[in-house]
Amino acid sequence: MTEKTEITKETVLTALETVMDPEIPVISLLEMGIIRDVEMGNGRVEVTLTPTFSGCPALVEMETLIHEAIIALDDVEVIVHKQFNPPWTSDWISDEGRQKLKHFGLQPPNRHGGNLVMTFFDVVTCPRCESKNTTLKNSFGSTLCRAIWYCNSCQEPFEQFKPL
Amino acid sequence: MNEQLKQLLINRLTALADDELILAHRDSEWTGYGPILEEDIALSNISQDELGHATVIYGLVEALTGTTPDRMAFFRDADAFLNAQLVELPRGDWAFTMLRQYLFDTYEHVLLTAVSTSLYQPLADAVAKFRGEEMYHLRHTHVWVERLGIGTIESNGRMQDALDTLWPYTAQLFNPMPGEEQLIEAGYFPNVSLLKEKWEQIVLPHLETSELSIPNTAPVLAPRSQHTPHLEDLLADMQKVARWDPQAEW
Repeated sequence: MTEKTEITKETVLTALETVMDPEIPVISLLEMGIIRDVEMGNGRVEVTLTPTFSGCPALVEMETLIHEAIIALDDVEVIVHKQFNPPWTSDWISDEGRQKLKHFGLQPPNRHGGNLVMTFFDVVTCPRCESKNTTLKNSFGSTLCRAIWYCNSCQEPFEQFKPL
Repeated sequence: MNEQLKQLLINRLTALADDELILAHRDSEWTGYGPILEEDIALSNISQDELGHATVIYGLVEALTGTTPDRMAFFRDADAFLNAQLVELPRGDWAFTMLRQYLFDTYEHVLLTAVSTSLYQPLADAVAKFRGEEMYHLRHTHVWVERLGIGTIESNGRMQDALDTLWPYTAQLFNPMPGEEQLIEAGYFPNVSLLKEKWEQIVLPHLETSELSIPNTAPVLAPRSQHTPHLEDLLADMQKVARWDPQAEW
């Protein structure tokens, strides 16, 4: 057992910084913009979660990980609320999160300010060689949130985190 | 909300979720059998999205009835399903699958836009989430319809055959459910019969561009509680494992 200090919103947020996206283990749920709110009170911690894609199979795992990270701090009741509106958008991925995605080899989505269709005309940069000479191979990939591209300069396929 | 309105809402939500679930299952039958790997992946993703939407909408039903999404999916018989017949038809060939998905995606696009202003807030919230995802489906199937329509004599022929079969079934999507006037009046759900024109404005020009012609056939206007024998076959396959051991924990 590790020694437990008094639980505060700050300690909860610090603990949540270590909760990584189950499908992209280099980026936290906070950096992804998936955790929208943390409320404290009466021996209870309430976390509001906004799913990325509705059919994301990692959602249950996310709830479990959040739960575990918080009860490791103190003996509290953890309630995870799912919120669909406003819908999650890839615009919420933090700047730091974007750098981590890129380093992971997953090209981060351009921000679109709600105009998703315009991203269909985006030039997508290769995360490895920075070339803009790329081709969309499949707007669906190995997970719901990824698209498959091909870089014509370094002649390697790469994945893009899909704008949503 | 009075009991009668609540029951109408439960029926409509069930119909929405059943459409998504049954179509997701038909699409998932291609997983591992797609014509090329990338299309196999794409259709499996689309199927997974539709299944996700079904789960969310069944969740809204659960909030009203206490019946869990798993019970709804795996422990109802065919006569309790309220999906349109369009989505239960066997998957057919690739042309049939792509065209059905396109016709349904465009319907969903029009429908979800209208439902996003529902005064039943949980429903409006849920569909706000779906709309971005559906844009990806539509982009994908829109291109496939044109590609196969203007492709070769064979691909055009297969698309025309698919359209001849599918077209009459699309009418059912725009057929209001019994008693639905009350839901419309309450602002909970749009009048689907008024959405047909918007849908046709999208679909008809694209089918024409794709060198396909609308068949002159009588529309299917059966109530959503009526099904073809194909639904029973689908459910026998989909529900088999869950029904082997109803108490199993997954």
